Amino acid sequence: MEFDISPLIVSVKTTLAATLITFVLGLLAAYWMAGYRKKLKGLIDGIFILPMVLPPTVVGFLLLILVGRRGPVGRILQYFDTNIIFSWSATVIAAVVVSFPMMYKTAKGAFEQIDQNILFAARTLGVPEWKVFLKVSIPLAWPGIVAGGILAFARALGEFGATMMLAGNIPGRTQTIPMAIYFAVEGGNENLAYLWVALIMIISFLVIFIMNYWLEYQQKFIRGRRGC
Amino acid sequence: MNLIVNIKKKLKGFQLKIDFEADQDILGILGASGSGKSMTLRCIAGIETPDEGKIILNNRVLFDSEKKINLPCQQRKVGFLFQNYALYPHMTVEKNIGFSLSGLPSNQRSEKVLKAIEMMHLKDLEKRYPVELSGGQQQRVALARALVVEPEVLLLDEPFSALDEYLRTQMVNQLMETLSDYKGATLFVTHNMEEAYRLCKKIMVIDHGRKEICGDREEIFLRPTTLPVAQVTGCKNISTANLLPDGRLEAKDWGITLSPPENGSGKDISYVGIRANHVKMAEEPGKNVFELWPVYTNEAPFRITVYLSRVKPEPNSRDYELQWEMSKDKWVEKKDLPLPWKVYLDPEKLICIS
Repeated sequence: MEFDISPLIVSVKTTLAATLITFVLGLLAAYWMAGYRKKLKGLIDGIFILPMVLPPTVVGFLLLILVGRRGPVGRILQYFDTNIIFSWSATVIAAVVVSFPMMYKTAKGAFEQIDQNILFAARTLGVPEWKVFLKVSIPLAWPGIVAGGILAFARALGEFGATMMLAGNIPGRTQTIPMAIYFAVEGGNENLAYLWVALIMIISFLVIFIMNYWLEYQQKFIRGRRGC
Repeated sequence: MNLIVNIKKKLKGFQLKIDFEADQDILGILGASGSGKSMTLRCIAGIETPDEGKIILNNRVLFDSEKKINLPCQQRKVGFLFQNYALYPHMTVEKNIGFSLSGLPSNQRSEKVLKAIEMMHLKDLEKRYPVELSGGQQQRVALARALVVEPEVLLLDEPFSALDEYLRTQMVNQLMETLSDYKGATLFVTHNMEEAYRLCKKIMVIDHGRKEICGDREEIFLRPTTLPVAQVTGCKNISTANLLPDGRLEAKDWGITLSPPENGSGKDISYVGIRANHVKMAEEPGKNVFELWPVYTNEAPFRITVYLSRVKPEPNSRDYELQWEMSKDKWVEKKDLPLPWKVYLDPEKLICIS
């Protein structure tokens, strides 16, 4: 049997692209909502968290309705002669949507932990808003932001249900590792399944290792500054 | 230099409704916790938005609800010293002070930072992070950081409440020295009457969001005009009172009848008070001399407060009518005098509140 490495490539490409998009979107949404004081806060927050609570197949189904040929977004795309369903971008969209709440929630928690007076001090001193965000808020929330990014990465890597609905299982294009495992088991190819499972476990352990190492490094860093 | 504030804002439980003007003299804003004094400062700085009103600083409109003007914090040129200092924890002392000057060329910036560091006696601490500084040093950094951008008004929000007694005295003195060179207006918020008196010639007393009085510190401490003013300026003996037809003053809570001060008779009086340190011991019976029994005492290192009652106290009783405060040296002389004590309430020291 010839071993097809393409699921690894699809998975890595999809996960990296999705994590990058989620990181930026989640970070901005988290900062926005952490400072948001109006009535709609609960509703918007709920919508952002929803993909984490819903079964991935439901998320996939909703996305299908939204970007499918007859969906509102799908129609606009058709006008530009583009179709997302069963393409590589579909794997990315599915991964972004399901991993977004991880990034959003963790980063928002980190932003909310910041002493608001520090931000107001900067503002009264004339520091422009974008600089308060980049030079004060982000550094102070950094450990939480990184943790959110790693969680989002892990979630994007493991995404199955929504991807299945939206992107299908096209080897070389939309077949990610989780997809490959499922179809290997279904097709009775246990050895192939073992191989992919082993690979996923290695990647997951690496992520946990990096995360722990990072947290330890952060603590050392903080302790070092306190000088003890 | 002048700051005009006239604002209203609904808060939990009461409405903040404040109007005052401040000039180059430090204005002390004195009030109990939760009286709205910090909120007033936050409105001036643009951290909170009033419901209606106006804030004008040196003819610049910072806020005007009618004209829908509400400048962001960045454009107000208002320095704010937070109670917890709010230093950037991830920046060194130097960077903390210089962060807001990044628009300037680097040589001008470092010159200004250096000047601020020298002025606030922060030499050799430039490379330290805030967590490596003592409370007093952190406060000096916060003050240097606020002054380096040359704000037109400086707002100090309970700046000494996190410091110990020794440092507090030191910092009050240093702040006075620093502010003597400062050209803008200064508002100093505190609940500590002693700090307010030491730092500010003019004091405004706030209670439940309302201005009780605003004026000269001597006048306010000598003749409080309202009950909250008497309380916040440290008058410990206050009783409801009633002016009798014969011109004498009945202090209901104390159960005694007093001769009022000379200028006090005639006007409507609902409370009478006397400061605990103005209570005196009399040699002989006479006008405003009452026989009182000591119930218990409360000692501070150098001073003592004696709680006095009109009736001979039961053992373990804690009921008292008046507090009498004196130095410990005095206490040694007085404590063995025969009971009950003859206590004199000088009519001219009585505080009459209508």
